[in-house]
This record gives sequence, C-alpha cells and structure tokens, in this order.
Amino acid sequence: MKPLFVLLAALAVPVLAQTPSSLPPASTRGDVLIRNATVHTVTRGTLESTDVLVRDGRIAEIGTGLRAPSGVTIVDATGQHLMPGIIDAHSHLALSSVNEATNPIVAEVQMRDSVDPADIGIYRALAGGVTTAHLMHGSANPVGGENETIKFRWGSLDPDGLLFEGAPRTLKFALGENPTRVHGQGRGIRPSTRMGIEQVYREAFTEARLYRQRQDAARAARQPLPPYDRRMETLADILAGDVLVHCHSYRADEILMLLDVFRDFGIERITFQHANEAFKVAPELAAFGAGASVFSDWWSYKFEVYYSTAFNASILTRNGVRTSLNSDDDGMIRTLYHEAAKTQRYGDLTDDEALALITINPAWQLGIDDRVGSIEVGKDADLALFTAHPLSVYTRVSMTFVDGIARFDAARDGDDQRLYVDPSEDVPNVRLHANGLQGDACLRDV
Amino acid sequence: MSKPLFLLLAAVGLAHAADAQGPQYRAQPGPFALTDCRIETVALGTMERGTVVIGADGRIAAVGPDAAVPAGAAVVPCNGGTVYPGLVDSGTRIGLQEIGSTQVTVDLNEVGEVHPQMRALTAVNPSSVHIPVTRVSGVTTALTYPRGGLMPGTAALVNLHGYTPDQMAAGFEGVVVEFPRSGRRGSFDRREQAAIDKAFKDALEKLDEAWNGAAVYARLDSARSASGADTPLPYQPEFAALVPVLRGEMLLLVEANAATDIVKAMEWIASARARSGGRLRAVLTGVAEGWRVADQIAAADLACLVGPVMALPTRASDRYTRAYENVALLAQAGVLVAIRSEESENVRNLPFHAGFAAAYGERLGFGPAEALAAVTLNPARIFGVADRRGSIEVGKEATLFIADGDPFEPRTQVTALFIDGLRVPLVSRQSELYEEYLDRSPGLERPIQTMQ
Repeated sequence: MKPLFVLLAALAVPVLAQTPSSLPPASTRGDVLIRNATVHTVTRGTLESTDVLVRDGRIAEIGTGLRAPSGVTIVDATGQHLMPGIIDAHSHLALSSVNEATNPIVAEVQMRDSVDPADIGIYRALAGGVTTAHLMHGSANPVGGENETIKFRWGSLDPDGLLFEGAPRTLKFALGENPTRVHGQGRGIRPSTRMGIEQVYREAFTEARLYRQRQDAARAARQPLPPYDRRMETLADILAGDVLVHCHSYRADEILMLLDVFRDFGIERITFQHANEAFKVAPELAAFGAGASVFSDWWSYKFEVYYSTAFNASILTRNGVRTSLNSDDDGMIRTLYHEAAKTQRYGDLTDDEALALITINPAWQLGIDDRVGSIEVGKDADLALFTAHPLSVYTRVSMTFVDGIARFDAARDGDDQRLYVDPSEDVPNVRLHANGLQGDACLRDV
Repeated sequence: MSKPLFLLLAAVGLAHAADAQGPQYRAQPGPFALTDCRIETVALGTMERGTVVIGADGRIAAVGPDAAVPAGAAVVPCNGGTVYPGLVDSGTRIGLQEIGSTQVTVDLNEVGEVHPQMRALTAVNPSSVHIPVTRVSGVTTALTYPRGGLMPGTAALVNLHGYTPDQMAAGFEGVVVEFPRSGRRGSFDRREQAAIDKAFKDALEKLDEAWNGAAVYARLDSARSASGADTPLPYQPEFAALVPVLRGEMLLLVEANAATDIVKAMEWIASARARSGGRLRAVLTGVAEGWRVADQIAAADLACLVGPVMALPTRASDRYTRAYENVALLAQAGVLVAIRSEESENVRNLPFHAGFAAAYGERLGFGPAEALAAVTLNPARIFGVADRRGSIEVGKEATLFIADGDPFEPRTQVTALFIDGLRVPLVSRQSELYEEYLDRSPGLERPIQTMQ
C-alpha cells in the first residue's frame, strides 16, 4: 500500500497544482458559467444568488437559472461573492525599469519596453483579485514617459500578450519634492522649486504647440516636414487630447497650478495620482472634471504627505470627484479590496461607492470603462470571486478570471508558481519587508 | 449643514455623550460605568450582556451582568457595542519617527553598533501626530524600539496617551538585538560569499564581545555588592545596561527574519544564556520565515513578536499566502505569538494585520479569537504585565475600548476609548481635516484665473 500511496501522491501533485504549462496563451478567451454567486455589479447594484455566463471572454448573460452550453465549465459559487476584476491605476509591478531620470522631460520613453511578464508579483496580484494594472513611469521628472495599461494574462512570456489592446495612451507627470530633489538638488538644474515646475510645463507645451504648428504649416504648403522629434510628438498629442495625463502630486497648491496650466493650454482630461491633499481642493477638481487616484491611508513618509487624512477618498467621493484607490506597491496591490474597505471606517462610504474606487472609477481614469470595471453584459469577463464579502477583512480570493480564463485558482495553488527561474540567481535570496514607503516607490532607478 | 456632516457630528456627539458641549481635547477621569455592553474579556470568554465599571483609580472595579453603577460614575452606554481590552502592537517606531524621509524627525538609530543604554523612552515624542491617529482603531499600547546596528538600545512599551514619556510608560522595557544577517540582503547585494561570511563572523564577534564584557561587569557588580563596597564600578554604560538582561530581570528582544538567521540566533541565545548562568530570557522578533523553522522555535521555547502580517512572501518561490499564515503556523507549532505592524504612522492598521492572520489562519486553528489574544493577552504575558493588563478583569488597568462591531473589520467604529481609566477623545488631525473639508462651502469660491 505504501509504495502505491507514494506513487499516487507523486502523480496527484502535478495534476492538482497549476503549472505555467497548464495556462493557456494570452490570446485565449474563455467560456465559463459562474453559478449562484452574490454578484456585485458595482454599476447596477448587488444581485443575490445570480449566475454569470461568459462566452468567448465576455459577459454574455447575467441572471438566474442560466444553463451552460455544452463544453462550458461550471463554477459553483454558492456562498461566494463575485465582483469585477480589480484595477490598479498606479503600479510599478512587472517593470524592469521605472525612471528615465536624465532630463526633466522624457515624454519620448515608453514603459511597454520594460514589461516583464514573468514577474511573480503578477500571480500574487491575481491572488488579490486584480486583473488590470496601469504600469507607470516613475516620478523623477515633471514630464515622465508613457505608461502602459496591461491585463494580468499570467502564463504568457510574451510581453505584448499582456497589453490592454485599445487602451488609450497615458503619460506620467510629477510635481513636488521628487522632481525638485532629482533635478534641482541632484543636478543643479531647473526645477528646484514648485515655481520652476510650472514653467517647465508652460515652456514644454508652448514649444510643442509651435512644433505642431510648423508641421501643419509645412503640410499645408506641401513643404518637407521639420525634423521628427518623438518628445515633441508626444507633448503635442497631449495638447490634442490623444494622451491622458496621470500626474504624481501631493499638495493642494500644486494641483491647482496644473489645473491652471491645463486650462490655459486647453487640455481637458487629467487624473491626479497620490494627491494626498486633493481633499482640500475637491470642489476645484470636481469643477474641472479631473480624477483623483489616492492611497487609502499612506502618509507621513515624507513632508509633503504630513498633512494628510485617511478620509481623503471619502471627501473626494462626496464632492463628486471621480476617485480611485491605487497601490503603487507590489505588496499592497494584493489587498486593494481591503484598502477600499477602509473608506467605510474613514467616511462611511457605501459598499458600491467603496468598490467603485477599485473598479469602475480607475477604469474611467484609464479610459477603459467601456470594457472593464463593472459586471455588465458585453464587458470583458475580468472577474474576481471571493469566499466572503470583498470588504470583509476575513475574505479571500478563490478565483480570478481574465477574459474568462481562470488565471488564478486558489484550489490549484502550489509551491513555486514562477514562470521563469533566473539561473544566475543565488538561492535562497530572501527579500525582507521594508517598512511602508521609505521615500517613494516611484523613485526606483534614480 | 450637509447631511453627512450632520451625521458625523451626531456620531461624535454620541461618542462623547455625557461630556461637555463641543469636542473634548483633554482626557476625562472616571469613575465610569459602561452599560449595556457585550464584553470580550479575552481571559474569561465573552459575556453577552453586562456592565464594566472603571474606578477613579483607573482600574476595572467590576465586570458582569449584575455590576452596579456606582454613585457619581459617568454612564457610557455601549448600546449593544462590545468592550475589548486595548490592542497592543508588539513592534513599532511610534513616537520615534515622525516623517520617514526627513532624517531630523527620525530618532531610531544612534551612531555606533552596540549601545543598549540608548532608551526609546528618552526620545518618544508624546505629541507625535501619529498617536491620536492610531487610537481610533482601538490600539492603546505599543512597543516602540530603536533600530539598526547590533544593539541599538532599549525598547519600551508605551500607552498611546500622556504628556510625558513617564506617563506613557506601560511597565516594560527590553534590550533590542539586531541579530546579524548571515545571507545576502537582496538581489542588489553583490558581495562574494566569503565577504558575506566574514561580515557575519565579525558582527557575531562584536556581539559576543559586548555580551562577555557585560557578563564580567555583572560579576564585578555582584562581588562589589556582596562586599559592601561603596566605590562605584568604572563607567561602562553599555555593560551596565546589559546587567539586568544577564540577571534575567529584563527581556532580550532578538530580531531575526530569514530562516537561517533565526536558527543561528537561537544558537546564539542558547550560548548567551549559558554565559549568563542560565538566567537570560529572550524572545524572537520579526520572524518573517518563522514558519520554516516553527518546530525548532517551539522546542527552544521562545515566544515571538511576529510581523508585519500584511507583507510579501520573502522568496519568489514561496506561496502567496506565507506571510499571512506565518503567525498561525507558528502558533500551530506551539509558539506563543504576538503580532506587530512594524509601522509608525500606520500602527492604526494593527487590527487588520490581526484580521489577515485570522483569515488565512482559520484552517490552521488560528481564528479571530486567537488573533485577538495575539494583540491583547499574549503580548501582556510576553512582556510580563499580564497581572495588570491584556484582558477585561477586575483589578486590571482600565485600558480598553468600545466598538460597534468586530474591531478587525474595517467598517467597525471605535466609539469610546480608555487608557489607564482616562477616557481619551477620539479626535485626531485626520478627523479634524475631515470635518473641515468634507463640505467646504460656503467657503472661499476660488476665482478661475487665466494666466498667460
């Protein structure tokens, strides 16, 4: 019996545990029927004992007593809670580099060049119900590089497979201590003050406007175009509204400054990232139609976040500002549902308001709310299944679907889920906890 | 007045029922009677309905369904809410670090490697803005400690209320050892193996040099006392600070996180104990990879101050659940555990660390009740103050709070909080900013300017 048992155990492990080779390619779209869940649609209320049918990676039907077409897997979700896949509007996960810190303006660089699809952090974030992340350039420069919105199609080693096809281009801006420290204090060039930062933008946008005018004039006159300048192209695309700006910021005054600059140059869309003092200028943000993507409770790690409040997201929400909660951290990205729950302690938000902070609101800020961020027929089947109410501290994620494919399944979790093991890495390489944000996660590579 | 603001003010008003009009900024002395409460005693189970009486001396005078409300006691109705012992964070930087990246506000690490005479209590800032922010989560007490080097100083258990460090002192101090790391510090650490081994050996020698020197000093001190001589020993503050540790009168807090370091730290503790005549008492702190060597820790009979719980696994090959499960796996092996947040400004998240430990520990026999003990009675036992704190029992210090639900659940509100029998207001700069900015109008309507 014993040898047989050992043999069976040896056979059973690879069958049970999810292995990289068992995950379908990034292009695969799934079919699944999730039965009898409490469904938090976020946009259309909470539906008890409800089925969600997914066909070809999209939500095909929401109702009761739905039947699974032949070949469609059934997940019995009785007693469990289904919500839209969580969206992190600010992450540096799965990036091999973050900051091109050699110039106050680096609009010419793109984060899609440094996406690492084998980062184990993706799997761990899926285990926290996250399906989409906005991978951002760092905050060393007033004008950073282009960010990349990705889906966590874990299992693919092709970086392009993870890109959120059709997502709008976005770009990183940064105000305050980081750019003034890196450039003013570090390199002795402008900006070394918040005054200087304003002028960096005004000069850059003025130059980009001239660049585009010269191009347009040359085209009209059928003359050769002036020399191509990738940096100016991107800035001109911001002026044209083709690139959404996400701006690292903390203090209320610098937020107002950038709103003024944007008004003057006719730029309509912006999301302020971190924005610990956004609550002070909530009416101005609401009037502009700007978004805010904030931490639930991180503060005091640097001076410009000393006058913060954990009520920030609640004040913004109550003042009509489209607000999201982000992680900016490979650890916290795994518990964004818990970060959302804290807005009930700090400001008594409703369940739907709290869940919107990590689903439909970040989707809107990234310009992908027509595809993800709520459970509605026709939307992508990016879904997270929880063992209990997602805002309870005792909940755990049981399954996470991307395009209808279960990219995380707690029942199939096992030791060592890495896709790729670096043969040069010394074993064991123990990475210990660093206390909160020591300075800024956004300042990697500086 | 907008509706949410009105509701907030109404809630604040309720929390301060029987107090004067307007927000209270100073703590109020008892006696108090907390009536119509569910009582989570921790030591003696849950009482579904009863009264907790807090005496004017700051101690719990009565607990029970029939406890009478004494004449002159201010009545604080629980309205069905639950009374819990104040939560204890077993490892923080609170009061020693105000703004992380601004060094002039950080008093964690003195120059040098061995200076156990540095006392956290000296530098704890009673006016730290972090302190009132922390209390709203029911955290009343925290161990705060210096960091860095090999023996950075003496940690202190402090109550999160008081105008002087002495008023905050909660009856425990312990000497901190940062046990040297025997491995690589991370992927950025490019040292040769020989260099890593030598650095570890050198650090251990320095640690032993201090310990052995202190042992000699302690013997000299004993001999001097026995002889009745009144000439003082030479001024050796490093050694003098270790004498109570050598005599088993003070706890040694040994920080070790990687599995190999924990094992080596346990070997060192055993050897250091032998050199103290068997009297050294020690606990392990941090213990991030404790689950890998839990049986060995249990066999060595070392309690652990574990955390943070909400952390990443230490190795890329580890299961995603390991940091969450660590406390439970240690407890399952028979280790006495207390939970720490390793935070300063966000010690307020201690109950969530405990909640996550329970969420992922339940299947291992470590549920909400065990997690609650790990932030109340267990630390009190480890710090040797369980006769005075850590549970709701007659005679203990009235350091406790009322919550309208499970204090580990984010939606729960703490409605009243008492430290040493004083009712401490639940206002902080963060709640004041909320009240000021939730509804800014009628305020200053900012003209929209266009600057060209």
